Amino acid sequence: MFKYLKQLTSLVAMVAVLFTFTTESMAAKKSKTLKNTQKKGFVRCGVSQGLPGFSNADAAGNWTGVDVDVCRAVAAAVLGDANKVKFTPLSAKERFTALTSGEIDILSRNTTWTLSRDADIGLTFVGVNFYDGQGFMVRKSSGITSTGQFKDGISACTNIGTTTELNMRDFFNSKGIKYEPVAFEKADEVVAAYDAGRCDTYTTDKSGLAAQRTKMKNPDEHIVLPETISKEPLGPVVRQGDSVWEDIVRWSLNTMIEAEEYGITSANADMMKTSDNPAIKRLVGAEGELGAAFGLDNDWSLRIIKQVGNYGESYKRNIADTGILPDRGPNQLWTKGGILYVPPAR
Amino acid sequence: MSLKLKDIVPQLITVIAVVLIFGFFTYNAQINMENRGIDFGYGFLSQESSFDVQFSLIEYDGSHSYFRAYLVGLLNTILVSVIGIIIATILGVIVGVARLSPNYLINKFAAFYVEFFRNIPLLLQIFFWYFAALRALPLPQDAEAIFGVFFLTIKGLYVPAFIWQNFSIFFYSLVAAVIAIIVIRIHAKKVQENQGKQIPVFFISLGLIFILPLLSFLIGGVKLSFEVPVLKQLATTSFIYEGGVSLPPELIALTLSLSLYTATFIAECVRAGIQGVGKGQKEAAASIGLTPNQVLKLVIMPQALRIIIPPTTNQYLNLTKNSSLAAAIAYPDLVLVFAGTALMQTGKAIEIVSITMFTYLTLSISISILMNWYNKRIAIQEK
Repeated sequence: MFKYLKQLTSLVAMVAVLFTFTTESMAAKKSKTLKNTQKKGFVRCGVSQGLPGFSNADAAGNWTGVDVDVCRAVAAAVLGDANKVKFTPLSAKERFTALTSGEIDILSRNTTWTLSRDADIGLTFVGVNFYDGQGFMVRKSSGITSTGQFKDGISACTNIGTTTELNMRDFFNSKGIKYEPVAFEKADEVVAAYDAGRCDTYTTDKSGLAAQRTKMKNPDEHIVLPETISKEPLGPVVRQGDSVWEDIVRWSLNTMIEAEEYGITSANADMMKTSDNPAIKRLVGAEGELGAAFGLDNDWSLRIIKQVGNYGESYKRNIADTGILPDRGPNQLWTKGGILYVPPAR
Repeated sequence: MSLKLKDIVPQLITVIAVVLIFGFFTYNAQINMENRGIDFGYGFLSQESSFDVQFSLIEYDGSHSYFRAYLVGLLNTILVSVIGIIIATILGVIVGVARLSPNYLINKFAAFYVEFFRNIPLLLQIFFWYFAALRALPLPQDAEAIFGVFFLTIKGLYVPAFIWQNFSIFFYSLVAAVIAIIVIRIHAKKVQENQGKQIPVFFISLGLIFILPLLSFLIGGVKLSFEVPVLKQLATTSFIYEGGVSLPPELIALTLSLSLYTATFIAECVRAGIQGVGKGQKEAAASIGLTPNQVLKLVIMPQALRIIIPPTTNQYLNLTKNSSLAAAIAYPDLVLVFAGTALMQTGKAIEIVSITMFTYLTLSISISILMNWYNKRIAIQEK
């Protein structure tokens, strides 16, 4: 009896030592999230329940959009295949809980970067992939052309659980206008209610207004008012506490933007390996050891550019060509008059 | 001694296991929250909420606290539950009795109603009444006045508001009427028990409840006037009614769908209750000379209620809990306001969900206790 017990104890001790050893050596190079992702073979990505241009599924279940492309870029970088992503559609209310509880590893769902979200609830914002602002949509027939024409008693349809609700209150309070907020849980219901005539105006991020307008019965009957009442920098979010994973997501996004800056596209990426510009050579993996810092190989950024394309390609494919917002506005490179400016990849 | 120990030990082990399992989950949640930098606490309840709510029974705007927002949501949940329970009960009793009607048309119509409404998921019914019925309603500027003062529009039902003068006198006269009715009822019962004489309590009560408040108008100085909603233009094609009281279409759609759905189940309880009373009871009561009204009131109903009340309690509980589907159509109930917006703005998922669960639990248990008390009162009194 005692003999067996002794053997058992030593076995348990050995396994324990082995286990500690392996996990420690892995953790030195890789993050837990990265390790899990590589083991599973897909990136777990939280997206919206359908916002054309940002994250939207077609009839066959294929997801497209600029938010979707961030997750695809990460999949291309860490798994070598941009299609190895599992998308989880989330409502505004569910999104942060899904991320902090570990159900998803990236939240790329037109989410506004604010101080309280970044600091309070166990989240880290890694960058901005779309600069947006809150606006109002009204029916053309109402004759309203500016928010200055809003009057007491106006009803405004919107989503719950978003910065929109707070901005709306700030806006109407500062103008001294009494309003009726009608807040729904899902965007589809907001659109349906506004379209039916329940509300005089529909308020959310301007990109969202432009995208949802395409879903209405008669898109031409509605206009987006020119005023922007808030700053809404939208970007991908990760869980707090895994800085390697955070860096991978951040630099996957930055790679797409920097690739556009240097004119590297999915079509010419391979040819750029022989470029004379060292910055370009670094981005396509022909020079330097940039991937090693994340525990990735050196072609990680080349794969992003080849499989997903640069930011400009993604914007054109998802937002401009679909007629949502043909004008890039602030989401143009800093070299072309916009505010897209990312730290150098070196 | 050994026998006792044998009895106690398994129970003790079970209790310890349950405590350990809960302890493990609590500990795990704590560790996970700590790792992810989430702190736990109910301090946020006193912070400024900074979001507005569409419809509230108490004064509220974004400058009030999250606790106040919680109360707003709770009261809205109670409001829709109470109205829903009242309508569902009335409708359920009518339909339940109608299902036993010898009239073929009434009988079949009631059966069709029950089978139709109880077999379609409630959420679909809510969507139907909200989106389909909403689209069918006119815009404020096109609405025809009902009786000249009510306006049913896509933006809600606008009804005249009461404007009282000396409301307290009117209120006291009502209270006096109710007290008088109770006294008369007790007296009538005594008279009947002692002398076998019957006093027409119902008509006296009806008279009292009308005459006393009427007197308060004539000699008490109570005045009542109405504020009728008036159309106001916001923009070329955008209108709204001002003045009066406005009931949001979300409240109407939710109450309607909850009542229509739950009434089908209550109707079945009522039918079962009435059928559960033996035929002989009715015949025996009739044979000792009771009128059909008395048969129903004194013999059938007291026995039927014993069968009806317990399952109907379940339906009341279901209706209250189902009211949380309100979030789908923007009715600002507890789930939408507190477990929705407030949860999102604070990120305090565990705290808010626990408060919400506890609140629903308390609401349900209160209804349960009330109904059990009533059930006990009407149960057979063993002597």
